[in-house]
Amino acid sequence: MSQAEAAVRPPALRRLSLFRNETVTLFRRWRTLVLLGVLAAVPVLVGIAVKIETGGGGRGAGAHGGDGPAFVGQVTNNGLFLVFASLAATLPFFLPMAVGVVAGDSIAGEASAGTLRYLLVAPAGRTRLLLAKFTTTLVFCLAATLVVAVSALAVGALLFPLGEVTLISGTTVSLGEGLVRALAIAGVVAASLVGVAALGLFVSTLTGSGIAAMAATVGLLITVQILDQFPQLHAVQPYLFPHYWLSFADLLRDPVYGDQLWRNLALQGLYAAVFGSAAWARFTSRDVTA
Amino acid sequence: MTEPAAVIETRGLTKRFRGGQLAVAGLDLVVPRGSVFGFLGPNGSGKTTTIRMLMGLIEPTAGLARVLGEPMPAAGARVLPRVGALIEGPALYGFLSGRDNLVRFDAADPTADPRTRAARVSEALERVGLASAAGKKARAYSLGMKQRLGLAAALLRPRELLVLDEPTNGLDPQGMREIRALVRSLASGGTTVFLSSHLLDEIEQVCTHAAVMSRGRLLVQGTVGELAASTRGRLAVTTPDTADAVRVLKEHGVNDLAVADDRVTGEPPVAPADLADLNAALVRAGVRVRAFGTERASLEDAFVALTGEGFDVAG
Repeated sequence: MSQAEAAVRPPALRRLSLFRNETVTLFRRWRTLVLLGVLAAVPVLVGIAVKIETGGGGRGAGAHGGDGPAFVGQVTNNGLFLVFASLAATLPFFLPMAVGVVAGDSIAGEASAGTLRYLLVAPAGRTRLLLAKFTTTLVFCLAATLVVAVSALAVGALLFPLGEVTLISGTTVSLGEGLVRALAIAGVVAASLVGVAALGLFVSTLTGSGIAAMAATVGLLITVQILDQFPQLHAVQPYLFPHYWLSFADLLRDPVYGDQLWRNLALQGLYAAVFGSAAWARFTSRDVTA
Repeated sequence: MTEPAAVIETRGLTKRFRGGQLAVAGLDLVVPRGSVFGFLGPNGSGKTTTIRMLMGLIEPTAGLARVLGEPMPAAGARVLPRVGALIEGPALYGFLSGRDNLVRFDAADPTADPRTRAARVSEALERVGLASAAGKKARAYSLGMKQRLGLAAALLRPRELLVLDEPTNGLDPQGMREIRALVRSLASGGTTVFLSSHLLDEIEQVCTHAAVMSRGRLLVQGTVGELAASTRGRLAVTTPDTADAVRVLKEHGVNDLAVADDRVTGEPPVAPADLADLNAALVRAGVRVRAFGTERASLEDAFVALTGEGFDVAG
């Protein structure tokens, strides 16, 4: 019986078809496009605000260097800094919120629409479906970060001069190397969102309501962000997923100061392992009654 | 590979939900290969829970379930590609077109060949009469169209077993006829069809076998003919003298008498006295009989006799 044999050992390509379809489906949703649109708008707003503030391109922006959000002061001198400023502005809330919406909705949204039962009897396989959802969420993390970075680069190039980049440590590097560092930063920022993605996926396996899962994930994000501000909690703060987020700025030092960067990546990996396993344990054993 | 005679077989299948509610109790179900099997029961009798256990969506509390000869849910990856299912109505992605909904469900099956996907999707759409609406977003579909699209998803590949939970729900009479014709043609092609329905005459029209559930228990299963035969038909007398007829029939042991206009109906006596004697007694008592006979028992009579209720929600 050839059909049964095919069922036992499907080619690797067929195994990936769910992931491919999942990714295409995600980026065809209006909700996803709106989230990405909001993220793309942030650099535009920051860029225009800086432009107006400096009254049409004067070089007297140095006064802003001390206060205000990170890197905003340097934007007028070099549009490339709008990339760093925008990532620093969106990483604490906008980016993880968007990821929380996508991750929280991943399983719970299918459950509340009822499509989960049809995916499972297709049969998608619970582990395979969970992996497809998680991988797609990671793709979204990268896409969301790149949208911010690319939008910022475009706005920065349009409104401000581009040129050699003066790093935090004072050394100056070429624009080309600055762009490479910007790309590396985008990669690190995307990786910083892995923890939220894993947390959201786990929350998503707990409930049959997509809205509840999204709200719970975003709620957790805000709570953890607040907890990270209390000095009294310094003992647990190194284990909170946003704790090392802004360490990406260390990529703008020469030499690159890696300690915090690695801690961040390790922490995100830990969250992915812990909450990924928890999501798997929950989802593979749960009765699907929706 | 020898094909097992039973496509679905359960032994002592039981599901107790976490709240303690016993949804299915000790179910022993046998669905023969090649049958069109009607699965009957009032709302809340455990039909859908049973179907969900058979499809591996719910873990049984106790007992065994075998589908296509293999244990469920353990063998789901091997069994489910050969099973098409419509469970508790269709569920679709409203933001995708009908065609893309099917593409997605097909992509979820790791054993489905992506090279033939587009052709199989078109064929399934054709089969349920949705070819012209395939490009419309599913949220714009009517309930009947959604139901058809759900059926199309079950027909994406040649299946050995189709599990259809209320397949004609939301369809107009024309749509119902089409679906029944589709079920018949699938069955004649060798597919076993497991069909749950509220509509008894629907079961009677298309099914070869049936089982009746009530309050989580299986009351009876067998061929539709056997089930209907197990219930005796009602005696019906048409007469203008209904009051006299009721009195005479009661004297001769006819129970559960009911009068509607000029018709008197009742349960014939348990002791199989010749019904001709009953007729003679009526005539002797001066009852003018226009028509006399027994009505053929329908599946509905069998159902009511078994569950002691109509299609009310089981408490």
